Amino acid sequence: MTDAIKTNIRNFIVENFLFGDTSQVIEDATSLIDNGYVDSTGVLELVMFLEQTFGIKVADSEIVPANLDSIGAIAAYVVGKQQSAAA
Amino acid sequence: MCGLVGYSLAGSEPGQGRELLRAMTGAIAHRGPDADGIWLAPGVGLGHRRLSIVGLADGQQPMLSVQGDLVLVYNGEIFNFVELRRDLEARGRRFRTGSDTEVILHLYEEMGEAALGKLNGDFAFALWDGRKRQMLLARDRVGVRPLFYAMQGGGFYFASEIKALLTVPGIEAEIDPFALDEIFTLWAPIAPRTGFKDILELPPGHFMIVRDGVAKISRYWDFDFPDAVDGYDPRSEDELAEEVLALLDDATRIRMRADVPVGAYLSGGLDSSITTALAVRHTPKQLSTFSVGFESVEHDETGFQRIMAEALGTNHAAVTCRNGDIAAIFPQVIAHTERPIVRTAPAPLFLLSDLVRRNGIKVVLTGEGADEVFAGYDLFKEDKVRRFAARQPGSTSRPLLFKRLYPYLPNLQGQSAEYLTAFFGVTPDLLHDPLASHRPRFRSTSAAKVFFSGDLRAQLQGYDAAGIMADMLPERFGRWHPQHQAQYLESRFLLPGYILSSQGDRMAMAHGIEGRFPFLDYRLIELASCLPPRLSLKGLTEKHILRRATRDLLPQSIATRTKQPYRAPDSQAFAAADAPAYVADMLAPASIAATGLFNPQAVAKLVAKAGASGVDGFRDNTAYIGVLSTQIWHQTFTRTSSATAVAAE
Repeated sequence: MTDAIKTNIRNFIVENFLFGDTSQVIEDATSLIDNGYVDSTGVLELVMFLEQTFGIKVADSEIVPANLDSIGAIAAYVVGKQQSAAA
Repeated sequence: MCGLVGYSLAGSEPGQGRELLRAMTGAIAHRGPDADGIWLAPGVGLGHRRLSIVGLADGQQPMLSVQGDLVLVYNGEIFNFVELRRDLEARGRRFRTGSDTEVILHLYEEMGEAALGKLNGDFAFALWDGRKRQMLLARDRVGVRPLFYAMQGGGFYFASEIKALLTVPGIEAEIDPFALDEIFTLWAPIAPRTGFKDILELPPGHFMIVRDGVAKISRYWDFDFPDAVDGYDPRSEDELAEEVLALLDDATRIRMRADVPVGAYLSGGLDSSITTALAVRHTPKQLSTFSVGFESVEHDETGFQRIMAEALGTNHAAVTCRNGDIAAIFPQVIAHTERPIVRTAPAPLFLLSDLVRRNGIKVVLTGEGADEVFAGYDLFKEDKVRRFAARQPGSTSRPLLFKRLYPYLPNLQGQSAEYLTAFFGVTPDLLHDPLASHRPRFRSTSAAKVFFSGDLRAQLQGYDAAGIMADMLPERFGRWHPQHQAQYLESRFLLPGYILSSQGDRMAMAHGIEGRFPFLDYRLIELASCLPPRLSLKGLTEKHILRRATRDLLPQSIATRTKQPYRAPDSQAFAAADAPAYVADMLAPASIAATGLFNPQAVAKLVAKAGASGVDGFRDNTAYIGVLSTQIWHQTFTRTSSATAVAAE
C-alpha cells in the first residue's frame, strides 16, 4: 500500500513540480526544498493534493518539512493519517 | 549621453570602413537622435550617435585633440567636468568647446589612464591614441554605461550595444549556453560574458588597451569595505548623517548640470523622493517629474507619487501600466535588453522613458543605487534574520521574523517556523558560506532550470554559475562584515548586470533618455562603505542613516515608509485571453523545439498551468518569463524564425 502511495505522490511531484521531467531521480529521501522542487506556493499545492487524493485533513501544525519534505516522509505521514482515521 | 562604435585593425584598412561605421551607428540610432559623426584613419575607425546635453553647439564627436593625435568617442557625462576644466585651465590648458568631452582629452593627454581616477561620472569611451597607435576603452566605476567588444578576423570591434557589433561581417549572434545558466541562476551573465559567444562586455571599473591586435584589461576601481574588525568611520551618527546629506546634495547638484532641462523619476519610494527633493533645490525652474503606476493594485504606488509631487510642487506626468501593455511591448523590451530576463520589471520603465521623451525631456535623475549603497533591499534583512536563526538551530520563534520581511507574499504568511527555516536555508553552514546572503535567491531562480532541454543540460554539465561568482571574489572579501559581503555581491554583480542594464540604460536609451544616479556617486559609495553596518541596517529598518540624514526633506508618510520592492506583473501579463498572438506562438511546442533550449512538453504544462490568470509563486513566474524572454531573444537575434518581425520597432 505504501508503495502505491509513494508512486502516486511521485507522479504528482514529477507532473506538477518537475513539469513531466523524468530525467531527474527523486529518491524517497530526496529533499523537495533543497532541490528547488517546492517553494512556499508548492507546499500549498502539495497539501491540496494530499487532501483531495487521500481523503485526509492536513492540520496547520502538520505542515512541516518533517511530514512533507520527501516522498518517503509524505507517504509515512499519509499512512499515519489514514490509520488514525480508521482507528 | 550617446552611443559609440569603432574598430581597430592590426593590419591594413577594412576597405569598407565608412559603410561599416554607418551600419554600426545606424543600429544604435535610438541612443543618439540629435547628431552623428565618424572618423577614419588607416586601420582605425570611430563612430558616434549624439544625444546633445552638454555643449550643444560644439560638442560634436568624434572629437580630436588640438594636435589631432587623440580621437575620442564617448557616451555619458563627466559631472565634475567644471572643476576638472578649471584645474586644467589653471595649468595652462586651452579649451575650444564647452563640452565635458574635451576635458577627457586634456586629462588623458596629461595623465594617460590615470585620468580615470579623476572622473566623477557615468561613462564609456573609446580613445584612439595615434602617438602610441593604441585604443583605450574605459567604463565608469559601477557600470552605468555599457560597452561591448568582439575580435573578428584580426580586427577589434566595439560598441555601446551588441546590435551594432552584429552588423560587422563575421560577428554572429551565437547563443552562449553558460550565459543562460548564469541568467537562470544569478539573473544576469557575469561580465565579461554576455548572452552571445565571443561577444564580451568590458566590466565596470575597468579599462582596456588594444595595441597590435592584443588586448590588455585592467581594473581601476572596485567596491571596497573595511575589515570587519576595524576601519569603520569613527564619527558620531549625527556627524555621519550630516556628511551623507552633504555628499548626496552635492552628487545631485552636479548631476543637474546640463544645457537642457533635467527631470526626475518619482516612484513614490524613499530614494527617488530624496533625489527629487534635492533636485528641486538646484532647479531654478519648476522641476518635471515622471512616474509609472500600475493597473494591478498590489504593484501600484500612485498615491505616494502624488503626495511627493504635490509636496514638492513639481510638474508631474504619469503613465499607467496595464498588464496588456507589458505583453504588447515585451518583444521591444527584449530587443533592447539584448539578453533574456526573468522578471518583467524593465517593461514599465520602457513606458516611462517614452513618457519622458514625449514631454520633451532628455535627462532624468533616479533613486537607483540607494538600496545597494545603504542596504535597502529585503535580501539584506533576510540575510540578517537567517544568521540570527542559524545561531540557534531549532528555534521556533526566530524564523517567524521572515514573515515580517515579506508581507506582500501571501503564501509565506501561513508557513510554519520549520518550513520557513527550510525555505530560507537556515543551517549552521551558512555562517561560513561567502555567498550565503544570495543562496535562497539563487536556489529559487535555479529551480526554473527544470525547463532546460536535454541538449542544453548536456552542454552545461558540471557548470556552476554561483561557483564562478565565488571564484571572482577579492581576497579581502572574507574579512568583511556579512552585510558588507552581501552588499558587495549585490553591487558588483546584479547592479551592473541587471539593475543598471536591463532595467536602467537599455530601457531609458530605448527612447533616448539619459538616467543619472546621485546615489551612485563614487564619493557617496566610498563614504557609505565605511559606515558601521548597523547604521545602514538598524535592526530590521533599512537605510537608517539615509532616513536620518534626509528626515527634514520629506513628508512623514514618505520618510517612514518601509521599502516596497519595485515589481511588475509577471506571467499574468501574458496569460489573458486577449494576449498578443506572439505569446502563444513563442511558447508553442514547435517553437520551443525549434529553439532547442527548453523542454517542449514541460513548457506546455507550464502554459496550461498558467491558464488565463498566470502562475503563482516565484519559481513558476521565473520560468514563465525566463522561457518567454529567451524565446523572443533567440528569435530576434539569431534570426532563425519569421518571428523576428515581432521584435521590430
